[in-house]
Amino acid sequence: MNLLEMKEISASYGASQALFGVDLNIEDGQVVALMGRNGMGKSTTIKVICRLLKHSQGQVQFAGHDIAGLAPHKAAQLGLGLVPEGRRCFTNLSVYENLYASARAGAWDFAAVHDLFPRLAERRDQLAGSLSGGEQQMLAIGRALMTNPRLLILDEATEGLAPVVRQEIWAAIARLKQTGDLAILVVDKTLRELRQVADKVVILERGVSVWHGDMDTLTPEIRDQYLGV
Amino acid sequence: MFQERTLDIFVLLILVIVPASAVVTDEPFTITLATRAVIFALAGVGLNLALGQGGLVSFGHAAFFGVGGYAMGILASHAQNYTPIMETPFLIEGTNSMPVIWLVAIVSSGLVALLVGALSLRTSGVYFIMVTLAFGQMFYYFTISWPAYGGEDGLSIYVRNQFPGLNTLDPIQFFGICFALLCIVLFLVDRLNKSPFGLALNGAHQNEERALTVGINVYRLRLVAFVISGAITGLAGALFADLNRFVSPTMFSWQISGEIMIFIILGGVARLFGPVVGAALFILLEHVLGGLSDYWFIYLGVILLAVVLFAKGGIIGKLAKREAGHGQ
Repeated sequence: MNLLEMKEISASYGASQALFGVDLNIEDGQVVALMGRNGMGKSTTIKVICRLLKHSQGQVQFAGHDIAGLAPHKAAQLGLGLVPEGRRCFTNLSVYENLYASARAGAWDFAAVHDLFPRLAERRDQLAGSLSGGEQQMLAIGRALMTNPRLLILDEATEGLAPVVRQEIWAAIARLKQTGDLAILVVDKTLRELRQVADKVVILERGVSVWHGDMDTLTPEIRDQYLGV
Repeated sequence: MFQERTLDIFVLLILVIVPASAVVTDEPFTITLATRAVIFALAGVGLNLALGQGGLVSFGHAAFFGVGGYAMGILASHAQNYTPIMETPFLIEGTNSMPVIWLVAIVSSGLVALLVGALSLRTSGVYFIMVTLAFGQMFYYFTISWPAYGGEDGLSIYVRNQFPGLNTLDPIQFFGICFALLCIVLFLVDRLNKSPFGLALNGAHQNEERALTVGINVYRLRLVAFVISGAITGLAGALFADLNRFVSPTMFSWQISGEIMIFIILGGVARLFGPVVGAALFILLEHVLGGLSDYWFIYLGVILLAVVLFAKGGIIGKLAKREAGHGQ
């Protein structure tokens, strides 16, 4: 059974419709890349999953529950862990406090997060606002993991980071994949790095999911058609 | 520049030394001023939890201050007249025991805060400020038009309520009670701020959406914070009524709400000791400037303006190192 199932999702911001029919399925333990050019509806799709935006048509199910009527925090408690794009941490809390504030019992605890990102252990008592961009991103991922999610959603996780730091984040995502039962939805623009981790790809164009399949079957032609500039 | 903790201890020391030296020089009025400062500080610590940590700009905390005051007034007036508060369906009598009065004040102002919070927290921003102000004004006009407990004239209590083992009419002993309560509340609030509850409250203040996506029920979180905040301010109201041995509708007036907010802004928003410093300074100014002119609020306004413009983070923010601060 699918962990996340979206069928024919439409959604609007006020009068302007952003999604016109998105299908997206994720199985347990699967890593899915959500791709598309700018403004094609990637972030909107994530907002719909996390219940930050109500969809107007279609169905969305998570872990066997219809989550259409749920408040965002209830959906999160079911096991959705979002790593949002943009400025990502609670900046005036320390690293420890950021993790502590969102902790829920489970396999992911301080030790596990520190093992994944040793730098967070070093910066334990530093205010999140004074961390580098990469460290803040690590903290945002750590914070989402502390909620012990079943699906981790990474929205533009490496945007605007230095190449070395990007590699570090991608390596961490690869390690997360190896641990097994955590499903991951990644939004990113760089295919080269996504290839290392993603099993499946879903491509959006103008608010419609136009292509989906295994990462291996993504041909250069499809790439040029939907993703090329 | 000091560590914030060093500064906090320094503030507590001053609060002890001033009334202690007044005992030596036999100036009971100074002790009363210090007691006022401590009680106002307690009210400010209550509001600071909602306003500082939670970002909930409540302009109606006088409601809780007043409910605490009237809890004391009603219980003590029945005790001094030997009349029961109610006989059916069961007998409730008045009391002049401070611990009981505090408990009643905390519970009743907490319940009022639950009601006010449950309704007003559905709004935000300017609407939240206006809705809380409206609730405060409702209580103000209700007590004015309720003749049973003095209406507009208020209620006088002739003898201060009792605390086991102490003579509460001795100014320094009553100061001791208020000071001890302030210390206990400061300790508890400090622990609360560092707990997952306090951290989540702070997080939701910064970015509600981000807090929701890690599974935090922001509405319930804020409601609980608002109730605790109101209960602390209610306790301060009971002490204030006991200090004056008098309660009146002015305890509910919007000026009180504004003054409690001024303590916090003067001292430092979201700083543990912000309202303590602010209330002490307010009382000092009221005493010094109030002696010069009836219109001393003009000078207070100038000082408030200077703090807002030049000392972001209030007096504590100006004197303490940056790293220590949360909520900036």
